[in-house]
Amino acid sequence: MPTATPISRVNDFVVRFANVNGSGSASANEMFARAILRMGVPVSPRNIFPSNIQGLPTWYEVRVSEQSHLGARGGTDLMVAMNPQTFDKDIAGIEPGGYLLYDSTKPLPASKFRADITVIGVPLTAICNREYSDPRQRQLFKNIIYVGVLTALLDMDVKLVEQLIGEQYKGKDKGKDKLIEPNIKALQIGRDYATLNLDCPIGLRLKKTDKVGNRIFIEGNSAAALGAVYGGATVCAWYPITPSSSLADAFTRHCAKLRVDPETKQAKYAIIQAEDELASIGMVIGAGWNGARAFTATSGPGISLMQEFIGLAYFAEIPAVIFDVQRAGPSTGMPTRTQQCDVISCAYASHGDTKHVLLFPEDPAEAFDFSALSFDLADRLQTPIFVMLDLDIGMNHRLSRPLAWDDARQYDRGKVMTTEQLEAGKEFGRYLDVDGDGIAYRTYPGTHPTKGSFFTRGTSRDRYAKYTEEGAPYVDNMQRLIRKFDTAKDLIPRPLQANAEKPTKYGVIYYGSTAPAMDEAIAMIEARGHAVDRMRVRAFPFHSSVNSFVAGHDFTFVVEQNRDAQLRSLVVNECGIDPVRLVPINHYDGTPITARFIAKAIGDHLDALKIKPLKVVS
Amino acid sequence: MTYLAKPKFHHPDLPKNSLGFTHRDYEGTVSTLCAGCGHDSITASIIQACFELAIDPHRVAKISGIGCSSKTPTYFLGNSHGFNSVHGRMPSVLTGANLANRDLIYLGVSGDGDSASIGFGQFAHCLRRGVNMVYIVENNGVYGLTKGQFSATADRGSKSKRGFINTDNSIDLVAMALQLGASFVARSFSGDKQQLVPIITAAIAHKGAAFIDVISPCVAFNNHAGSTKSFDFVREHNEAVNRLDYMSSRMPIEVKYEPGTVEVVEQHDGSKLTLRKLAADYELHDRRAALGFLQHHAAKGQIVTGLLYVEHESEDLHAHLHTIERPLNALSEKELCPGQAALDKINASLR
Repeated sequence: MPTATPISRVNDFVVRFANVNGSGSASANEMFARAILRMGVPVSPRNIFPSNIQGLPTWYEVRVSEQSHLGARGGTDLMVAMNPQTFDKDIAGIEPGGYLLYDSTKPLPASKFRADITVIGVPLTAICNREYSDPRQRQLFKNIIYVGVLTALLDMDVKLVEQLIGEQYKGKDKGKDKLIEPNIKALQIGRDYATLNLDCPIGLRLKKTDKVGNRIFIEGNSAAALGAVYGGATVCAWYPITPSSSLADAFTRHCAKLRVDPETKQAKYAIIQAEDELASIGMVIGAGWNGARAFTATSGPGISLMQEFIGLAYFAEIPAVIFDVQRAGPSTGMPTRTQQCDVISCAYASHGDTKHVLLFPEDPAEAFDFSALSFDLADRLQTPIFVMLDLDIGMNHRLSRPLAWDDARQYDRGKVMTTEQLEAGKEFGRYLDVDGDGIAYRTYPGTHPTKGSFFTRGTSRDRYAKYTEEGAPYVDNMQRLIRKFDTAKDLIPRPLQANAEKPTKYGVIYYGSTAPAMDEAIAMIEARGHAVDRMRVRAFPFHSSVNSFVAGHDFTFVVEQNRDAQLRSLVVNECGIDPVRLVPINHYDGTPITARFIAKAIGDHLDALKIKPLKVVS
Repeated sequence: MTYLAKPKFHHPDLPKNSLGFTHRDYEGTVSTLCAGCGHDSITASIIQACFELAIDPHRVAKISGIGCSSKTPTYFLGNSHGFNSVHGRMPSVLTGANLANRDLIYLGVSGDGDSASIGFGQFAHCLRRGVNMVYIVENNGVYGLTKGQFSATADRGSKSKRGFINTDNSIDLVAMALQLGASFVARSFSGDKQQLVPIITAAIAHKGAAFIDVISPCVAFNNHAGSTKSFDFVREHNEAVNRLDYMSSRMPIEVKYEPGTVEVVEQHDGSKLTLRKLAADYELHDRRAALGFLQHHAAKGQIVTGLLYVEHESEDLHAHLHTIERPLNALSEKELCPGQAALDKINASLR
C-alpha cells in the first residue's frame, strides 16, 4: 500500500503519457482522449514534443475535467511511463497518492519507485514479443495495448475505443480495412491482461455524462485556416516553421475541399510556399496592394525576418494578415514549446515609429472568428493585422464551441474608389483623410485609364502620394496614421470583463491561451478566500475600458507567458499607467501556463497583503 | 525632381498608336537621375515599346526595389500604378501582385545591387516559379546612390572609382536566368535602343518569366580606367571630376552595330564596352547552347547581347497553380465563402 492515500476522483484528473518520439504513440494517445470525449466527458490534451522526428522524449497530457477546465492544471495523477530516458523525472512528477503505469518486462529495483504512489506494472514488451513477430508491429501495438489496459483501469467504455479504431483505420491499407481487426485485438489483449491481473478500476475513474454538448474538437491552426477561407483570403504565401506550418497545411486542405470551382476544377486561391519569410510577406503585400485578401503564417523568427516589409505595409498602408503562432524565443529558443513572447516585437514591428493591430484569440473558435475578422480589419484599416496564436492553441486539439458564420455577412473591403466614382469626378488623394478617421481611399491597380493611379512607396509623400522630404507633410502623414490607429480601437474586439461576486480592490488582466487556465485558477483563488475581477484583453490597441479597469482597482495582476511582461509594458506605455499598479505574473518555461501556477502566484500575493504586524510599535 | 510633372500639352501632329495614344501618354515625371544615365535610355525604350504595342497604360503594374534603377518607374507610364518596394524584394511583391490579378502586365524594374546582391534569392525564385512578367535589370556593376561601391555583377579584377580592386567573382544574371528556367532571356545595352526596344516588346508579349539584363553604364561612378564596364583600363588617370562636365547634356548615348561584329564603343566620357552581336545562326531555343555560347565569349571579355533564349510553349505560375481565369481580386463573398451549411458539416466532422 502506498504511504499516501490513493487519489480517488471521477472525471477530474490528469493522465500523462511519456513516450519516445516517432514510436507511433501519438495516434494511440489521441484515441484515448477522443474516447473520453465520446463518453461525454470534456478533455483537453496537450502534446509536449521535441524539435525532432525520432528518438527524443515526448509527452501527451490529457486533462479530464467534467467542469470543462480546459487549461493545463499542473501535476500528474496517472503517469503512463513508456520512456526509460525520462522515467525518473516522470515518476517525480506524479502527485502524492497518484498512479504509475509502466512496462514491467524488465524488473526494476524498488529504489526506482516512490512509496507514496500506486505502481502498476504490465509486461508490455513481453506481451508484444509473444504476440507479434514483426518489430514494427511490436512497437505500434504496444501503444494500443496500454490503451487497452487503461480502459480497464479507468473503467472506460471499451466499445467507444473500438468504434474510434474503426473510424480511424477505415479505408486505410489500400481500402481493405485490414488494420482495424489487429488494432481491436491489441486493445483486447491489454484490457484482458488488466482485468485478470490488476486491481481494476483504480481510484481515477471515468463515468459517462453529457458535458461535451455540441462542442467540436479542433486545433487552433486548423480553425484559423478555416477562418481565412471564410474571410475570403485568396493568396497565402508562407515558409515552413514550427508551430505555424500546420496552419498553411490546413488552409491548403480546406481550400482543396471548399474553394475549387466544381465545373472547371480550377482553384479560387493561390498558395505559394516561398523561399523564406521575407518573400512570403512580400507576396502578401504585393497581393494586398493589388486588392486580394492575403496572409502569411509564421512564428517569432519569421516575424524578425519580416520586419522591414511590415514597416513598408504600415507606412505605405497596405492590407496584410500575419498569423504569428508563437513559440519560445529568443533566437531559435525552444521551437516546439509555447510562449506569448512576440507581443512587443509585433506591436512595434519594424524600424521608425510603427504600431500595429494585434488580435489575441483564446481558443480555436475565437481563432476562426478573429481570422475571418482580420481580413475585414486589414482592408478597412489598410495595414498589417497580426493574429497572435501560440503553440498551445495552434497545435493542440481543444474543445471549442462550434464554428459559426452569418450567411448575410458581407466582407468589408474598406475604402476602395471605383472606376465609376473616379469617372464621376470624385477627388482622389491616396493619403487624403476625407472622413477624419485617418483612413484614406485607395484604388486597385488597373482601375481607370487616366484617373486614380498613384505611386506606392516606403518613402515620405504628401496627401496625393507625391514624393516629398518636407517636414510638414511628413508630420501630417504620421499624425494621420495615429488617428487611424485610434480608429482601430473601436473596430477591434473589446476586452471581456468578469467581476468577482463581491467587490474587490484587485484585478487581473490576461489574454490568449492563458484564458482556459485562468478559468480554473479563479476558482482556486476564490477557494483560498480571495476575490479578483478579471479582464481578458482581446486586441491591441487597447480599448479605453482597459484604462478604467486598471484605474478601478488598487492593483492589477497581468498574467502572461513571457519573461518580460510584454503586454504589461504595452499597457504602461500606451495607457500611461503607473507601472506599480500592474503586478507581473510571468510563466515562461515553455510549457503551457497552469491553473495552479496562476492561483499560487496571485494567491500568495494576496495572502501577503493580509499579514498584520505581530506587534505594533508605539 | 521626381514630383515635377512634365507639361501636358504636345504637338497635335504627334503620331498616335492604334488606341489613339501618343508617345507622351506613356511618359511619367521628369527623371532625377544624372544627365546621360543609361537608365534614362531604358526608360525611353520602355515607353517606346509600350507605345508600339498599344498597351492601355493603366493596365500595367510597374514594381521595383530600391536604387537608381528602381526609381525609374516614376519616369514612365504615369497612368499606371507603381510600387517602389524594399531593397531586393521586387520579385516577391510582383509575384503577390500577379497572383491577385493575372490580367495586368507586370513590369519589374531592378538593378544589379537589387537583384544580384541583396535580392539574389528572390531573383532566383521568381524566375523558377515562372511568374508572368518582364523582369528588367538595369545593370551598371556599381552602387550609384551610395556612391560607387562594387555590386555583385562587377567583374573580378575591375577597379572601383575610389581605386579598390574587386577580388570577388562576378554573377552573370543572364547565365543564372537560363539555369533557373526563365522562359525568355535577353541581354541588351542601354545605348542601343534599336536592339532594346524590340527585346522589351517581345518580352511583354511573352507569357511566362521574361528576363532582360540591360548593361547600363553609370556615368557618375563606373566610367573610369580599370572598370571592366569601361574596358579602358589602359587609361592612366581618373577623370571623374572632369566627367561631371559631360553630364550637362541630356542626350542619351547611343550606338549602332551590324550583326556578327564585335564593336568597341567609346562613350562620351571615354569608357568602353565590347559588344558582340549574335551570329545569324544562333539557336534561340537551346538553353544549354546559350549558356555555353555566353561563357565562351565571356572568357574573351566580350558581352553577349540580344535575345538569347525563348521557350516555345511557355507556361506561367497561374497555369502551374490551376487558378481560375478571373482575377482572384475580383471574386466576391459568394464565390469565396462556403457559408454556414458547409460549416455545419465541418463541425459535425469534428465531434
